[in-house]
Amino acid sequence: MRMSCVAGIAVILSLLAAPLLHSQAEPPAPEQILPQDAGSEHPPITYDGWHKTYPTEIKQEGKPSPAPRHDLGGTWDPGPTNGIQARVKPDDGIPAHQPPYTPLGLEMLNQNHPSGGFRSVLPGDTNDPLEKGNPQGMPREDLYELRVTQIVQYPEKVLVLYTNGRVWRVIWTDGRDFPKDMEPRWYGYSIGKWVSDTTLLVETRGVDERTWVDRAGRPHGADMVVREWFHRVDQNHLELSVQVEDPKMYTKPWVALYKLPFDLRPPDFDVREMIFAPSDFNEYNKYVADPVSNKGGK
Amino acid sequence: MTRKLLAILALGAAVAMVGTPALAHHGQAAYDTSKIVTVKGVVTRWLWSNPHCVLFLDATDENGQVVHWIGEVQNPLSMTNMGWTGDSFKPGDHVTIRLTPAKNGAPIGLIADAIMANGHKLDARNFVRDAVDPDAKPIDGKDASKPDAKTDAKPDEAPKQ
Repeated sequence: MRMSCVAGIAVILSLLAAPLLHSQAEPPAPEQILPQDAGSEHPPITYDGWHKTYPTEIKQEGKPSPAPRHDLGGTWDPGPTNGIQARVKPDDGIPAHQPPYTPLGLEMLNQNHPSGGFRSVLPGDTNDPLEKGNPQGMPREDLYELRVTQIVQYPEKVLVLYTNGRVWRVIWTDGRDFPKDMEPRWYGYSIGKWVSDTTLLVETRGVDERTWVDRAGRPHGADMVVREWFHRVDQNHLELSVQVEDPKMYTKPWVALYKLPFDLRPPDFDVREMIFAPSDFNEYNKYVADPVSNKGGK
Repeated sequence: MTRKLLAILALGAAVAMVGTPALAHHGQAAYDTSKIVTVKGVVTRWLWSNPHCVLFLDATDENGQVVHWIGEVQNPLSMTNMGWTGDSFKPGDHVTIRLTPAKNGAPIGLIADAIMANGHKLDARNFVRDAVDPDAKPIDGKDASKPDAKTDAKPDEAPKQ
């Protein structure tokens, strides 16, 4: 009797949860889907860190094997230009491409002065946190200079290793909840759940407010929730979608990336280094950024 | 100094209405993207580092004065895929560069391409753009982002500095 009661409750709970899980299995489709690589060209050759060459455009021969179940592991290449910004909401000045700012969100946006994009200021006048050497944080790591990304998977967690800055983060998949009284962290706290055999839905909270959502300077508050859908399409292909929810800054959640495609590189592909060292940055500012911004230099 | 720079721009500039070279890290707000300047000179330094690689070049203007030009391209990771390396330039190399000049008249610009003394050409332009507007058109209607669409300068055709 007791067992059947417990089983019944479990069934009811699963039925109640089913619509929620189902709705989260797929990332919400944006109102407008823009070309992934409009306005860009691809060099034909990609070099790895060992100076081995690979074709930039990987041509699939035959039908790829199905995606393995609950397995994102591999070295994933978004190509030379993809992932440079929030592609669903590019910073191009077109009103339809702007996130749904609240008045506070718009006010905060206008306090941020990016060094690129539609609102670009002179390089010496930017207050982009990256210029101070601050980490990108989330979700900007997905939205700016996203390059070859390695994913290493363990039973209890997924490690994501980014090229830019040699940054890594942990996504816990052991069923834990977010900690209480989260101390803000540059990359927040991430937990992931398999919402299908091939899709890991990741939520990130507790991101330090000093980070920007993206290169355009879009703001976020302490209560921002970032959702990422890592969907392995087949053996050789992965897609990443990103949604930002922050009621203080945005009137509704908005999609920043939608099914950004990645190709699987071979296991011996050596990921190149991309580090913005302060000493290099200082030299660049001295000789280029400050002089073109009328700030002396040299 | 300003007059010399103006003279260089007047004599040495091959002005062309072109598409906008863009940098992955910084935008091009500081540069006059409607212009291309050709500079022929001698390399003094090649900085192969982030956020952008920087080429230092000494060019002589029509008055015999040496002008220290600086040109930037994208980061090493991106430039490697375009055929550039940390050894692409050495001090003393003679090179002709075409670049988008700074708005404020400083002898600094975004390099579109570089041609070595032996004629070898390194292309730097436009594998990355800031804007993703699919309807964006270059000013003159030509797609200058494509390497074949630009006015290819050869070392012996480059305007004298």
